[in-house]
Amino acid sequence: MADEVVLLDLYVSMYGMRVRLALAEKGVKYEYKEEDLRTKSQLLLQMNPVHKKIPVLIHNGKPICESLIIVQYIDEVWKDKAPLLPSDPYQRAQARFWADFIDKKLYDAGKKICTTKGEEQEAGKKEFIEILKVLEGELGDKPYFMGERFGFLDIALITFYSWFHAYETLGNFSIEAECPKLISWAKRCMQKESVSKSLADPKKVYEFLVVMYGL
Amino acid sequence: MAEVKLFRTWSSPFALRIVWALKLKDVPYDTIFEDLANKSSLLLQFNPVHKKVPVLVHNGKSVAESFVILEYIEETWKHNPLLPEDPYDRATARFWAKFGEEKVLLSIWEAFNSEGKEQEECIVKAKENLKYLEEELKGKKFFGGERIGFADIALGWLADYEGVFEEVASMKLIAEDEFPLLSEWKRTFADAPIIKENWPPRDKLVIKFQAIREASLLKKLGN
Repeated sequence: MADEVVLLDLYVSMYGMRVRLALAEKGVKYEYKEEDLRTKSQLLLQMNPVHKKIPVLIHNGKPICESLIIVQYIDEVWKDKAPLLPSDPYQRAQARFWADFIDKKLYDAGKKICTTKGEEQEAGKKEFIEILKVLEGELGDKPYFMGERFGFLDIALITFYSWFHAYETLGNFSIEAECPKLISWAKRCMQKESVSKSLADPKKVYEFLVVMYGL
Repeated sequence: MAEVKLFRTWSSPFALRIVWALKLKDVPYDTIFEDLANKSSLLLQFNPVHKKVPVLVHNGKSVAESFVILEYIEETWKHNPLLPEDPYDRATARFWAKFGEEKVLLSIWEAFNSEGKEQEECIVKAKENLKYLEEELKGKKFFGGERIGFADIALGWLADYEGVFEEVASMKLIAEDEFPLLSEWKRTFADAPIIKENWPPRDKLVIKFQAIREASLLKKLGN
């Protein structure tokens, strides 16, 4: 029986992109359904009644929610190709720890940059750069976060890269100037076809934010 | 021989998850009790990013964040598994653990730290979240099914600490008639082997959380 895979998503969502990226890494064919978050589809409300959010992966009719939980699910189901998490438990713990760190900190700091001005925005920018610098430290001189191979933690962070242009424009600053090694890593990731085809166009992200926040 | 150390406090519900997991898997370990007002240099060395407990140190390498630690324990000591084998069931367990942390705990904590009309509104929100847990327990003894699993451990604070919060903040959240399954789960979990031997002293918890609540309310008045 062929697998039926459906993804409920939003083009500009960095969380949705993580799932697209994981599916692309594994070469999984799926049906993409774009949601309009102002008028959520019946399917979304039925498949994610608790949070009513995207992304939702529907595999043979059963929903999986929360982007990093979905990515782990994808890794466990399609385990014969392109493993996303390393095999060593300690390395896996490191990947999960830093992915959790990103989820706890990065979005909110970025949101401050987009939605505030003056001192508050400056504080947001400072916080944002501090978080990226910590991550840059974790990367060190490795090509990818867990070493030689692209994986879970790269997936968790690289999707935010598509939002950097918007953050830089709205915050009037250069992320590359502050975190050159991280941008180097991002460009390296973008050379992978799975990444370049899964990430949203940064200009479209910017346009989306302008509309969403009425800027 | 493997060397396992757990940095914790006597009262942290997050660290208690790790105690349960290690004991359920029969993993010997040493405990280092921390005073969070005076953190040890070892704690700061092993968890420089968050500087919090719990931290697990295994053969000199540290793992922080309770859910990350639970997954590490699960993958390192594979007997008495806490997660099911099926990927969909594993995703489900992880989902409820995350929901418990990000929605249930937060909403109950907000209700705990408020009073009057504000508390009433927080209670409404908290109960909305608890309803999802009630729904999830249908036909099951534990969130993990027949046996205690990852989600039970993640939500375990509901079986003891939550009662303390209710008492200290003079509120009722998990009433028997409104949440029969959750109420039953609380009793079963609290009384399960290993779990029941490791609850911190309730009277001490009441005193501690009373002080926390008073400080929160005072802070709010000051604003």
